[in-house]
Amino acid sequence: MRDASPAKIYALHIGVIALLFALNFILPDYHQGLFARIMALAVFAMGYNLLFGYGGLLSLGHAMFFSAGLYGAGLTVYHLGWGVPEAFVVGIACGALLALVIGLLALRTSGVAFMIVTMMFAQVFYLLILYFAAWTGGDQGLVIQQASRVVAIGGASFDLTDPTVRYMIALALFSIILLVTLATVRSRFGRVLVAIRENEERTKMLGYDTVANKLAAVVASGAICAASGAAYALLFGYVGSSFASIQYSILPLLWVLLGGAATTLGPLIGTLFMYYVTDITSGFTSAYLLIVGVALILLVLFFPKGVLGSIRERWLGWLP
Amino acid sequence: MHFGPHLLLAALEGLVTSAVLALTALGLSLVFGVMRVVNVAHGEFFMLGAVLAWAVSTAISGHPAIGFVAALVIAPLLVGLVALVAERLVLRRLNYNPEGTIVATIGMLYIIQQLALTFYGPEARPVEPPFSYRILLPWFGYSGYKLSVVAASAILLVITWLVLTRTKIGLIMRATQYDRETAQAFGIPVERVYAGVFAVGAMLAAIAAVLIVPISQAHYLMGQDPLLLSFIVVIIGGLGSLRGTVVAAILIGLSDGIISMFFSPTLAKIIATLVVAMVLVFRPQGLFGATSR
Repeated sequence: MRDASPAKIYALHIGVIALLFALNFILPDYHQGLFARIMALAVFAMGYNLLFGYGGLLSLGHAMFFSAGLYGAGLTVYHLGWGVPEAFVVGIACGALLALVIGLLALRTSGVAFMIVTMMFAQVFYLLILYFAAWTGGDQGLVIQQASRVVAIGGASFDLTDPTVRYMIALALFSIILLVTLATVRSRFGRVLVAIRENEERTKMLGYDTVANKLAAVVASGAICAASGAAYALLFGYVGSSFASIQYSILPLLWVLLGGAATTLGPLIGTLFMYYVTDITSGFTSAYLLIVGVALILLVLFFPKGVLGSIRERWLGWLP
Repeated sequence: MHFGPHLLLAALEGLVTSAVLALTALGLSLVFGVMRVVNVAHGEFFMLGAVLAWAVSTAISGHPAIGFVAALVIAPLLVGLVALVAERLVLRRLNYNPEGTIVATIGMLYIIQQLALTFYGPEARPVEPPFSYRILLPWFGYSGYKLSVVAASAILLVITWLVLTRTKIGLIMRATQYDRETAQAFGIPVERVYAGVFAVGAMLAAIAAVLIVPISQAHYLMGQDPLLLSFIVVIIGGLGSLRGTVVAAILIGLSDGIISMFFSPTLAKIIATLVVAMVLVFRPQGLFGATSR
């Protein structure tokens, strides 16, 4: 990583974005829709990766940040009738605010206690969604009508239910977050995070405020995951409590582990791979959770560094 | 019914919950205390115990008591065997690394749950209680079986306590818990102790499940609530403290029974979970636990 020219790294990332752009015109309808979903969820994985991969903090409660964005955006459109861009901002703000509060509390603990505390806060969030079913729709969820998912910018209006518009918006969000992540991990802040992951005591001795840096990482991670949730609600028109369940806290962990923790492109690869594996196997069997379970155990046993992590270790040391 | 009898009924129901919870949480606490492994699949061992109890008791004809006793013996043994295999194949290879084992036990959770759904199905099925004697109180009749669950759980807790404090096996376990490397240097087979503790922890959950299954039916998702409640109990009681675990189980079981009889069960869960998260944030050693080493 130290010897890599920045040009090479940026060229790789721009290349991936260009490839995804080109795929819009090549992919058949079904896969185009699937890719839009994958890109929106890859943003969730990237947000998770920032905290887990780079900061070394394993959270088991990130579903609450995703669903804070999902409900923050979805409910403002549904109940208040706000426009799509405003709702998107509200969604991100909800996630960032929640992450700030949770971060202030949960960062008092570390290690196993941090995992359990984040899991419990996420469980409280999930139960609150069920408890306030009158507004949130409970486990049935709410469908956001097509009419309220049209954006008018200047003279042009974009219908978010149109597959190409949906794909392009998902791609835009994905590209922005990918480049932001890349810039973040190459920045001073990103390096301090890695230093905290490797040795928190030593980083503290060197004069860095580790708590403030970790809090910033939690808030940034929460905001990115909320952006993913908000985009998901607005693009696909559905909010439901299942997105807040523990399973959606485990999935980003799985995607990141699979693709490679602390790699910028790993979350995309992990999400893409898992989504297609479950999509293909669901043709033969309904035992989708079995595959998730087996994948988790095999990964942690034999591939703790994930796909890109292993590639970086063997061949491409410069991968960010 | 008046308020007094109503409260008594809620307290009795809470006591049954406490009894089952104490056993389940004790298993979780033993595994965490000795091995430092957070077993997320613990609730699935509970579920597996209940499902196997149904399978055994329906396979055996005759008086329901025969089937129940057979289930009480066979189901925990099978669950212990599953746990032993999981420990050998997965946890040992991870060298009991805390983060790795959490991810791996999440994987086990999904595998066991999915296999139960595939082979047992989505239905909830009852097991007949071994006897159906009703104790008549002045205000209402109460199931004698439920009270016998409380008694059975109390006996098992006392046995566990005696084993831990009065026998050589208990001494070896405590030595391993206190300092793994020194224990190994003194010739204690640490790996075998770990395997045994993991199996016994799972078996305690399975016994609790067999005891409860005549009251609440066997279902493939029934492991989720006990897992969360056991975490709550273990954290409030102090990780690895047996006495704290029992006290916390009674506290949580009773308050859960009483709160959910007078308020919404969802609200009861929200409050309990939030309180526990706050305990973990501000008093990580638990309410009764000693400060960690």
